[in-house]
Amino acid sequence: MIKRVPDMDLRFKIASNGTSVDESGLKFDISDFDGYAVEAALQTKEKQADPAASEVVVISLGPDVVQETLRKAMSMGADRAVQLKCDTPVHDSYAIATALAAELKGGGYDLVMFGRMSIDTANQSTGPIVAELLGLPIITAISKLELDGGRVKARRELEGSYELIECPMPAVVTIDEGIARPRYPSLKGIMAAKKKPLEVKPAQVGEERYKLDKMELPPERTAGRIIGEGKDAVPELVRLLKEEAKVL
Amino acid sequence: MANTNVFAFAESRGGELRRAALEAVTAARGVADSTGGQVHAMLAGGAGIGALAAKLAACGADVVLVLENAGFANYNPEALAATIAARLSTGGYRAAVFIASAQGRDLAPRVAAKCQLPIAADVTEFSVGADAVTVKHPGYTGKIIQSFTLRAATAVLSLRPGAVLPKESAKPGTVEQVTSAIDPSSARVVVTSTVRSEGAKLDLGEAPVIVSGGRGLRESGNFKLVEDLAAAFGNAAVGATRAVTDEGWRPHSDQIGQTGRLVSPQLYIACGISGAIQHLAGMRTSKTIVAINRDKEAPIFKVADYGIVGDVLEILPVLTAAVKEAKKGA
Ligand SMILES: Cc1cc2nc3c(=O)[nH]c(=O)nc-3n(C[C@H](O)[C@H](O)[C@H](O)COP(=O)(O)OP(=O)(O)OC[C@H]3O[C@@H](n4cnc5c(N)ncnc54)[C@H](O)[C@@H]3O)c2cc1C
Ligand SMILES: Nc1ncnc2c1ncn2[C@@H]1O[C@H](COP(=O)(O)O)[C@@H](O)[C@H]1O
Repeated sequence: MIKRVPDMDLRFKIASNGTSVDESGLKFDISDFDGYAVEAALQTKEKQADPAASEVVVISLGPDVVQETLRKAMSMGADRAVQLKCDTPVHDSYAIATALAAELKGGGYDLVMFGRMSIDTANQSTGPIVAELLGLPIITAISKLELDGGRVKARRELEGSYELIECPMPAVVTIDEGIARPRYPSLKGIMAAKKKPLEVKPAQVGEERYKLDKMELPPERTAGRIIGEGKDAVPELVRLLKEEAKVL
Repeated sequence: MANTNVFAFAESRGGELRRAALEAVTAARGVADSTGGQVHAMLAGGAGIGALAAKLAACGADVVLVLENAGFANYNPEALAATIAARLSTGGYRAAVFIASAQGRDLAPRVAAKCQLPIAADVTEFSVGADAVTVKHPGYTGKIIQSFTLRAATAVLSLRPGAVLPKESAKPGTVEQVTSAIDPSSARVVVTSTVRSEGAKLDLGEAPVIVSGGRGLRESGNFKLVEDLAAAFGNAAVGATRAVTDEGWRPHSDQIGQTGRLVSPQLYIACGISGAIQHLAGMRTSKTIVAINRDKEAPIFKVADYGIVGDVLEILPVLTAAVKEAKKGA
């Protein structure tokens, strides 16, 4: 499941409608964690006894520009792609999950991979909702993945700890950083991707009950002050933390 | 009649209450005070977990729903989600409050889906009205604040850790024993073990103060200086940049930023951190930010309230001693 998102390194401007970013001058790519998910899917396929017998399918919901994102995933090595066409932006993860689940249902997938979260809306909800809608077990935010005798064995990072966790397949997983950095498409991959199948279907998006009202740039942090150089500045810092910030 | 009660999920790990539990109950208390309803906090775990109920009552739980069962000693997402969903479906809940910790991020959307409810995730501000809930949620790696309206009979919310600080508000905390909605041993997803990473005593989910180290620390061994400062505060956790977790100086679970944890502590001390946009994404909402960096042009100084230009290896021991001294006086 891959989403097309703007490159986060750039400065954003809010469009005049107040509910979207001004796309002029932005670059778009596969959402960070979705790139890890594509890489994890490709590596999983490559580890099979007969890699040619399994297939990596990439699915994206969005307007026609997502075809570019899907082609990129195919140039990395995915076998085919599906665009769930939807021209209006949807923010309710439940509504998106409904459409993704409808496409996945009956698809015969052994493993469905999501990014831990999309880097633009940052909901971290779509994967678990899809799993529930499909009645499949799900392990979220995994940083290690192993398939063993029809089971998923994974590691999940917590605050200051990690969990070892497993479930039977078919299953859904959401991919955190740590599994693998995405590979760069090779020239051969790019050429091959042009001929790979990309199917376009209308998205069956559910009713939106979580609606975006507006976007704002965060208040600029008032640039602080450099209170001094070297260790001689420490007493002044401690005084400020105590008296001004009141955190000591 | 409109729903008035508020459900709060009280997170625990290894038989201990997490700070997230107190944040969830405190937030739920605020909502229930406005709707005129009760706070029902669910506490799940292995034998003895019920003993923690009093701490939830102290933060405003009218009723503590105790699910004490060996099958919940480790996090059991499927049985827990089923039990919470069953409870919410009995009706009467205006909101279900989770904290967007690792566990809350896993659990809340499962519950929402089971109840066929939409979810507002990683919320930093919210207001609960009779038929609509409005929230703010930072998106685009914190570069854009998005405002949403959520329409549902029960609003499922996950709040960013630190968005609501635990507050005392004593309530009776009547204990009600609850049973699992499904046989916990029938769950397909099984946590086989929970392993503590080495390092500071408090972790990123627990601490109001975070002392974070970057590549400027030079080598893994120098993280001792960061840990010493955290220990001097007594209520601090240790964080790191991706440069550091990539080097293996700290575990990945300590990474703060776009692809790591999103944190909003009261105080964030960045030591030898350049302040790359991907790092700022995870910590720019901290209340007070301190930066120590030897390069006075480092971008971290643009977001820091207080900066010291200099060698972190030289400054940290002095700061640690001064903080210890200040704590003694307090
Ligand atoms: C897709 C993507 C996702 C990413 N996600 C994250 C993320 O989640 N979190 C994250 O942190 N990064 C992330 N990064 C990496 C990020 O871009 C930076 O590379 C990283 O944050 C830099 O870490 P640093 O500040 O420790 O190191 P550097 O950038 O190398 O900075 C070290 C700093 O230490 C200072 N210094 C050196 N020696 C001393 C000394 N003796 N005393 C004082 N100061 C000293 C230097 O002046 C410098 O400013 C991501 C990058 C990408 C591309
Ligand atoms: N429009 C979309 N098309 C395909 N996959 C999506 C879309 N939106 C979200 N996802 C998937 O769901 C994950 C979590 O998204 P989110 O819940 O928005 O943080 C993403 O990393 C993707 O794998």
